[in-house]
Amino acid sequence: MLKMTDVKKVFRTDLVETHALRDFNLHVGEGDFVAVTGPSGSGKTTFLNIAGLLETFNGGTYELDGQDVSNLNDKKRSQLRNEKIGFIFQSFNLIPDLNLFDNVDVPLRYRGFNSAERKKRIESSLEMVGLAQRMKHLPSQLSGGQQQRVAIARALAGEPRFLLADEPTGNLDTQMANSVMDLLKSINAAGTTIIMVTHDGQLASQARRNIYVRDGKVSEVNDTDAATAPHLAAV
Amino acid sequence: MFGYYIKLALKSVKRNPILSLLMITAIALGIGASMTTITVNYLMSADPIPNKSHQLFHIQVDSWDPNNAFNDDEDALPNQLTWTDATNFTHAKKALRQSAMGMSGAIIEPAGDDAKPFEASIRLAYTDFFAMFEVPFIYGTPWESASDNNREQVIVLSKRINESVFGGENSVGKTIIVDGRNFQVVGVIDDWQPMPKFYDVNNGAFNETEEVFMPFSLKEELELPNWGNNNCWKSPEGEGYSAFLRSECINTQMWVELPDETAKAEYMGFLNNYVMEQKELGRFPRPLKNRLSNVMQWMESQEVVEEDAKMMMWLSFMFLLVCLLNTIGLLLAKFTGKSAEIGLRLAVGASKADLFKQHLVESAMIGLLGGIAGLGLAVLGLQGIKSLYGDFVDDLATLDISMILVALSIALLSSIAAGLYPTWRACNIAPASQLKSQ
Repeated sequence: MLKMTDVKKVFRTDLVETHALRDFNLHVGEGDFVAVTGPSGSGKTTFLNIAGLLETFNGGTYELDGQDVSNLNDKKRSQLRNEKIGFIFQSFNLIPDLNLFDNVDVPLRYRGFNSAERKKRIESSLEMVGLAQRMKHLPSQLSGGQQQRVAIARALAGEPRFLLADEPTGNLDTQMANSVMDLLKSINAAGTTIIMVTHDGQLASQARRNIYVRDGKVSEVNDTDAATAPHLAAV
Repeated sequence: MFGYYIKLALKSVKRNPILSLLMITAIALGIGASMTTITVNYLMSADPIPNKSHQLFHIQVDSWDPNNAFNDDEDALPNQLTWTDATNFTHAKKALRQSAMGMSGAIIEPAGDDAKPFEASIRLAYTDFFAMFEVPFIYGTPWESASDNNREQVIVLSKRINESVFGGENSVGKTIIVDGRNFQVVGVIDDWQPMPKFYDVNNGAFNETEEVFMPFSLKEELELPNWGNNNCWKSPEGEGYSAFLRSECINTQMWVELPDETAKAEYMGFLNNYVMEQKELGRFPRPLKNRLSNVMQWMESQEVVEEDAKMMMWLSFMFLLVCLLNTIGLLLAKFTGKSAEIGLRLAVGASKADLFKQHLVESAMIGLLGGIAGLGLAVLGLQGIKSLYGDFVDDLATLDISMILVALSIALLSSIAAGLYPTWRACNIAPASQLKSQ
């Protein structure tokens, strides 16, 4: 479903060449819940950005849903992002002057749905995250946990095959983080594939698979071993 | 999606009210300045009689001093005719319509004990004047051709004079006292103000039309004073009004209506023959050179649009450019501030083309708001011109619907142009870095 083979990513400036990913290999199957951990600068976020088609790569192949995405133009990439991928960010990235309804509406606008379809999906998504009663509120009127729930609703409204989460609980306290994690697990249980980058070993242990990234390369840890993995303990 | 872009643009304007206001003000100032000068230039150079301006010709013949051209330009011809030549040309009736004409003035004495006499300007012309220039009538008609020949004291009133003397009622057949003589009213014209006043640009291309009209032949009969420009290269031969009229002084305009090129060529032949005959009589000492200029050619040759006005217009365009450069800077700042939102929109599926359109709509909206505010400033600017130059520019200093559309179009196009670079920059940000940095 998501297959990266020998993917390389090099960031170049006039003076420095940084190899963010080196021969990165990964296969994520349908319905997986994969936690990606690793030290800062190891390439986790670069991997997530490439997986989410937000960045290009310099070598190797990447297949998303069986489609080679190496040479797609901007329009095709954005269409794939819109239809198949949902994003959840550490800092929620809600648009401050749009109410919850309009924030969740953003990806649907680019999908070309009519207004009735958009309304149905927005209400359903906000219902799922428990914020249907507050859809006319602005993000600033919500707690951090609630804002992340809105971001999740936005990611889910388009019914994507993949949910890519970059430190989704990084800005939340433990209680809210657990609540968001429970929500992600229920979404995964409903069939959506989730790839989550996190520094939190405890959260990572709740995923079905754990990927450990170091120096731009990947090592995989089974879900049953996750809690005792020596490198995870060091994260 | 266009409606969605409009909604987002409105929200964006509200989100940064000061920045938006600065941009709108910059565009408004540029549009206000340019529209003020464009309007003046546009009205100065407008075709005052578009349906037949190419068929109406002003006559010039070189009856001037053998030793000096009419002005510094050797190619220049006298801009008016002598009374003699204009009268001869009219009586020859070689054109479809023709009229010699000149300006004069006299005292009008309204009936009634309380009414005070007042001075009024007079256009002396032949009856063809009205049909040739499509002068609209409220009451009556132009005088008969016989009235020209028989020097009858008939008169056509302007709407304003008819209102002040006859209270606006149908005065055809009534008598009005002009210059101490009784004139019979044969017609009253409606509001008529060709802009520019092409038929007599020598005496003020933007002056008001005359208040009354009477047969040109009465100029000699009544010895009416000459109110327009009068230029002489030699003194009249003799004393008195008749000698003045028959002198080589130029003070008369002459227009003919020639429907096609053949008629024009034939008329030019007539003029050439006339001048050759006059040369035999000792007149027209300079080389043969006659000219027929249609309305627009005539206004161009007489530089109706003044160089100062053109210069002001170009300066105002430069000012608009400076305002737009300023707007580019402000848009750059504004769109840079939206990097996080742009990054997010890219992440959730917007293409660069989608974002490009969204931000161009936003630029256009700012331009439109600036254009509307600029129109207000242009109205103020035109009021300023009126207060500087007086009532005679009233008709010039007016925004019509086409100029309003031009102003809004310029504002829209220029703001879209100003928004291209900031929009391009905004659409090419790396979304990943924006999303992570929030």
